[in-house]
Amino acid sequence: MSEAYKSGRPPAPTLRVCTYRRAFLASGPVPEAAREGAQNAAISARGLVRTFGSNRAVDGVDLGVNSGEIYGFLGPNGAGKSTTVRMLCTLLKPTAGQATVAGYDVVDRPGEVRIRIGAALQEAALDERQTGREILDLQARLYGLSAADRAASIERAVDLADIGDAMDARIKTYSGGMRRRLDLAASLIHGPEVLFLDEPTTGLDPVSRAQVWDEVRRLNRELGVTVFLTTQYLEEADALADRVAIIDDGRIVEEGPPSELKRAVGADVIVVDLPPDAIAGAATVAETVPDVDAVTRGRRGITIATADGAATVGSVAVALSGAGFHPQSLTVRTPSLDDVFLLATGYRMSALDPAAEGGDGAGGSGSRAAAAGSGGP
Amino acid sequence: MSTPSGAAVAAGGGMVRPVGTVTDIATVARRSVRSLLREPEAMAPALIIPTFFFIVNIGALESFVERSPGIDYRAFQIPVAIIFAVTGISRASVLVIDIQTGYLDRMLVTPVRRTTLLLGMMVADIVLALALSFVVIAMGFVAGVRFETGLLGILVFLGLAVAWSLAFTGFPYTVALRTGNPAAVNSSFLIFFPFAFLTPAYLPRELMTGWMQTVAAWNPVTYLLEGMRSLLSGGWDAVAIGKASAAIGGLALVTFVMAFRSLARRVATG
Repeated sequence: MSEAYKSGRPPAPTLRVCTYRRAFLASGPVPEAAREGAQNAAISARGLVRTFGSNRAVDGVDLGVNSGEIYGFLGPNGAGKSTTVRMLCTLLKPTAGQATVAGYDVVDRPGEVRIRIGAALQEAALDERQTGREILDLQARLYGLSAADRAASIERAVDLADIGDAMDARIKTYSGGMRRRLDLAASLIHGPEVLFLDEPTTGLDPVSRAQVWDEVRRLNRELGVTVFLTTQYLEEADALADRVAIIDDGRIVEEGPPSELKRAVGADVIVVDLPPDAIAGAATVAETVPDVDAVTRGRRGITIATADGAATVGSVAVALSGAGFHPQSLTVRTPSLDDVFLLATGYRMSALDPAAEGGDGAGGSGSRAAAAGSGGP
Repeated sequence: MSTPSGAAVAAGGGMVRPVGTVTDIATVARRSVRSLLREPEAMAPALIIPTFFFIVNIGALESFVERSPGIDYRAFQIPVAIIFAVTGISRASVLVIDIQTGYLDRMLVTPVRRTTLLLGMMVADIVLALALSFVVIAMGFVAGVRFETGLLGILVFLGLAVAWSLAFTGFPYTVALRTGNPAAVNSSFLIFFPFAFLTPAYLPRELMTGWMQTVAAWNPVTYLLEGMRSLLSGGWDAVAIGKASAAIGGLALVTFVMAFRSLARRVATG
């Protein structure tokens, strides 16, 4: 199977997810003793703070993730995503604030939290000297699965990881995509309620990334697993998450369903690329153009929110050139999460990491008109 | 999401059962022993070094030392070879890689009992120390060494060797857990030198003089060597074995407190 995997053929649609689900369902409900907080909140946090020395890595985060939801935690490197996940996974104590996961306080009842969560943390941390099957077996034993449950769970995880014969080979021979899939399968071995995925596709090629996305969607849909996913990829948050929180500098700056967040920016955006010395002046001019709702200054130009981009772009071009500004390009498109990010933080996430997304950001699939050129007569 | 909260999701959790300490140790130990068996080449230095010193020391000093009455120098050197073989072996090199790769975190997200992460690795250390001791004792037999205390003596001898080895693992584990740095773990074996050489490794203590004799009197390895030698050449000597055990116990107390405190600090969520 590893060949097919590498060659990028999508895994054949199978019945195995159904089997997986049935097996979980068959084991019956778990006693709901002594849970705190709302039953429907898989994760809730209030005023979560974590400092390292004088650095406030996480600076007052409030969270409410519903059971069965895919929640995206989007932000650039160093925004505080992993630190937040480590606190929610009981690996790190909050400096201040409080959080419950699967109904239990992460500080007071870490043992209860641990048996109800699965986590695939950054970079698919696996022991290279073991085989995939051995990793799964060790994982199952640490959760105290009985011999029968263990055998069944490992078989399900083997199917889920879908790496074929490689399952019995040492992990040092695995590709990055195979490692991630094994890591994901290992984190699900005990049937967790809440799954934490910390940058699950960072460093993966597009094909492997798409496969991880499919897997996450399927887990969520078929098993109802609540997924808390951090990512620095706008596209990933947009594609996977029911709701997204945008985190910057340790704080959540926006939160909501991706579609609503984008709609809040405006129906359309006009992206104007400008030389740095022209940005401030051009922004002032653009604000005076009729039908322009908002103007945001970026590092490489300005972004204009408007109800009708196609109608407004002409007036913007005329006004700018009349004032002596000559844009390098003018682009009309539907807003992306990057525009949301820009509005909230004043800079583009895509400008930070050239490896991340194109300058247009993601989700801007609806580019309807693009007017390139200086825009002047 | 279409799937309701509660039962469907929680159902998987029904498989999870409380795990006892012994089971956790066995789980961690299984992995550690397995990775040990997969790198037999790592055992090579632990066997070459003692063999080398055994041959060289006997070649250089046997006829000289045996001028003193009542010394069988080959029997005298076997405990030295054992100490050279088993001192400083540990799974700390694996632990430090677990820390670096994040695999330790993967285990810490599970409900595993934290102390068993170290105890399980120590089981593998015991296995390795036993294997190395067997080889060295076999080498002694080939060289004509016999135990005056018989089979029971061999067992006590093995027990002392393994207990010593285990007591010493506290050093590299402490370094691994404190620093998380493989290079630091690799250099932690340097502590072996004063322990191993500032002792009556070459000559009986009564032939040693000056500062060396004083230092040796404070070195736990001195009492370990003398206890082990008594099993080979002197016959049962409760005092010598008692002192050897006390030396091991004293060292273990120090190193284990350091190692388990370091573990607590490493896994502390604070």
